Amino acid sequence: MIKHLRSAADLDAATATLILDTAGEMAALAGREVKKLPTLRGRTVVNLFYEDSTRTRISFEAAAKRLSADVINFSAKGSSVSKGESLKDTALTLQAMGADAVVIRHPASGAPHRLAQWVDGSVVNAGDGTHEHPTQALLDAYTMRSRLGKLDGLNVAIVGDVLHSRVARSNLLLLTTLGASVTLVGPPTLIPLDVAAALSPSAKVSYDLDSVLPDMDVVMMLRVQTERMQDSYFPSAREYSRRYGLDLARMRKMPEHAIVMHPGPMNRGMEITPEVADSSRSTIVEQVANGVSARMAVLYLLLGGKA
Amino acid sequence: MSSFVLRGVSVLGGAPTDLFIRDGVISSEAPDAEIIDAAGLVALPGLVDLHTHLREPGREDAETVETGSRAAALGGYTAVFAMANTSPVADTAGVVEQVWRLGREAGLVDVQPIGAVTVGLAGKQLAELGAMATSAAGVRIFSDDGFCVADPRLMRRALEYVKAFDGIIAQHAEEPRLTEGAQMHEGEVSTRLGLTGWPAVAEEAIIARDVLLAEHVGSRLHVCHVSTAGSVEVLRQAKARGVRVTAEVTPHHLLLTDELAASYDPVFKVNPPLRTASDVHALREALIEGVIDVVATDHAPHAVEDKECEWAYARPGMVGLETALPVVLSVLGERWELIADRMSRTPAKIAGLTGHGTDLAVGSPANLTLVDPSARRVVDPAELASRSRNTPYAGTTLPGRIVATFLRGVPTVLDGKAVK
Repeated sequence: MIKHLRSAADLDAATATLILDTAGEMAALAGREVKKLPTLRGRTVVNLFYEDSTRTRISFEAAAKRLSADVINFSAKGSSVSKGESLKDTALTLQAMGADAVVIRHPASGAPHRLAQWVDGSVVNAGDGTHEHPTQALLDAYTMRSRLGKLDGLNVAIVGDVLHSRVARSNLLLLTTLGASVTLVGPPTLIPLDVAAALSPSAKVSYDLDSVLPDMDVVMMLRVQTERMQDSYFPSAREYSRRYGLDLARMRKMPEHAIVMHPGPMNRGMEITPEVADSSRSTIVEQVANGVSARMAVLYLLLGGKA
Repeated sequence: MSSFVLRGVSVLGGAPTDLFIRDGVISSEAPDAEIIDAAGLVALPGLVDLHTHLREPGREDAETVETGSRAAALGGYTAVFAMANTSPVADTAGVVEQVWRLGREAGLVDVQPIGAVTVGLAGKQLAELGAMATSAAGVRIFSDDGFCVADPRLMRRALEYVKAFDGIIAQHAEEPRLTEGAQMHEGEVSTRLGLTGWPAVAEEAIIARDVLLAEHVGSRLHVCHVSTAGSVEVLRQAKARGVRVTAEVTPHHLLLTDELAASYDPVFKVNPPLRTASDVHALREALIEGVIDVVATDHAPHAVEDKECEWAYARPGMVGLETALPVVLSVLGERWELIADRMSRTPAKIAGLTGHGTDLAVGSPANLTLVDPSARRVVDPAELASRSRNTPYAGTTLPGRIVATFLRGVPTVLDGKAVK
């Protein structure tokens, strides 16, 4: 088993599949009256969060607690360059406290890689800047597999601000590893120039959402921040949602079995309409539930737990 | 003043000979001279660096004029040009004279201050360029390095104004609107790493504009740290048209690529950023051809805490004085004439610096360095004389060892060690 999960690229197909299978076992546990496993008793998991992200933090916290680990929440939020304690000093502190795993959310890309150089324990990337969010990709893959029965050969569209999205990067890498075919859709300003060469030679790029929808098994909508408008990535929120938003009319262009995903939090009315978000094809709430199972699987396997 | 005989030295790779140093100049004889066994060593005119950050005044924890001078001497340099982005900024006669005086006191290399183009490097208003030119420091090169003189009208005025005292504007070519938040070269690697890209066009667009401005007003332009293949093409065309433009490349842009950012170790963060292998190739060719005129270090010392952090929060820059010649040797091989030209003669000529970059002929000032080309060295940051440790070459084996350096006949380095 790998030691750290810094990037979805850390996972080969066998390891990723093992995590998804393990997540399935963990999900079965959620149906029991006692939702706890003793596996990580006596082990310490630190949630080191430099960004507000209640949903990701509580997901990791629930995952660690269901495995009986001791959980320390370390909220280090502050302005990014504020001269607080350096990441290195924080790392040494956590090291001295005997953290077995550090789950880190950080606004700077690559912070988990730096952290891994300074602590002996496992590092789990819970989202770093505009780089990656590998556990999100795992829970998304798990959700797809649960709904559609497979990943190999699936056609997945990832729609929106790919340029700034850590979710898109991790999903693109992991889905490619697991045999899915990914099409990135968005305005050209929000699709990196060399994205296929950089991340997945098989990835396709389209600037036309309507033309790709009929072929998709999965349509994953990304959150688009309205601040991007000020930076001229697109002219207005209205134009963005007209060209790249998923509404009922567009959803009808998708095959009957196709699902709609969103990593949350959503901008209802921007990239996705409420009717779509709340439809039976939407897996958005399921994704949250699956997040706990996927993160349990990651912690369980990284920390070498035995059932 | 003591005399020396460099016995059996090879001048620029030529047949072994004896070189006599007496009264600060190369002499035809030197009675009672100290004999230095220079068999197997190559003599080069003392190197001249057009682009050094000495950090004093302001960041003496990262470097001082003295520690930077020592690093320079150990790297084979006899003259360095100190960039203006100190604190306070070298934008007045007072500050440039202070730096110049500190250089004289250290006495290891000739420290020639570069003056800021604009007050406080703010890009709004010309600094008192004439006052700096006529100060004791005799400033001839002006640069806002670290920042681009982005305003085209201000750049035009600066280029014109310095004609009065044969000055030259050294431009840090970076269109600031195209590089907001930029962390590394924009390309495949930046996409993979999720780091904001610094597109090549941000450099090329400014160079293209500036060569047209220089052509229009008939002034001299020097382009700092050229880093892209596209910039090379812009320069090639401008030179073919007769524009008075010169350009420099750093050792790190001749050797390293953006793939190194994959470690997220900010020791590889630099501005302009490391580019791709095809850029490296184009820069090497351009240097050999002369489209790029000189190698300049962009020696940029930084305190440990400014590098031992997240990539995005780290300061850009690498130390380079002590590794420049070894890196160039590894890139160009033992082409001594070419190396002397690109690292000594031409930079001295661009700067109008007399007494440096001269051939080692009888009567010339004895500014020279002795290199052992057969030696190999594993770079150990702890051994650097610079106060900072941010070398990208830690653990790398590089060819060549600087054995001795002489400044006007006085040894600053002997047996590979600084004399003071």
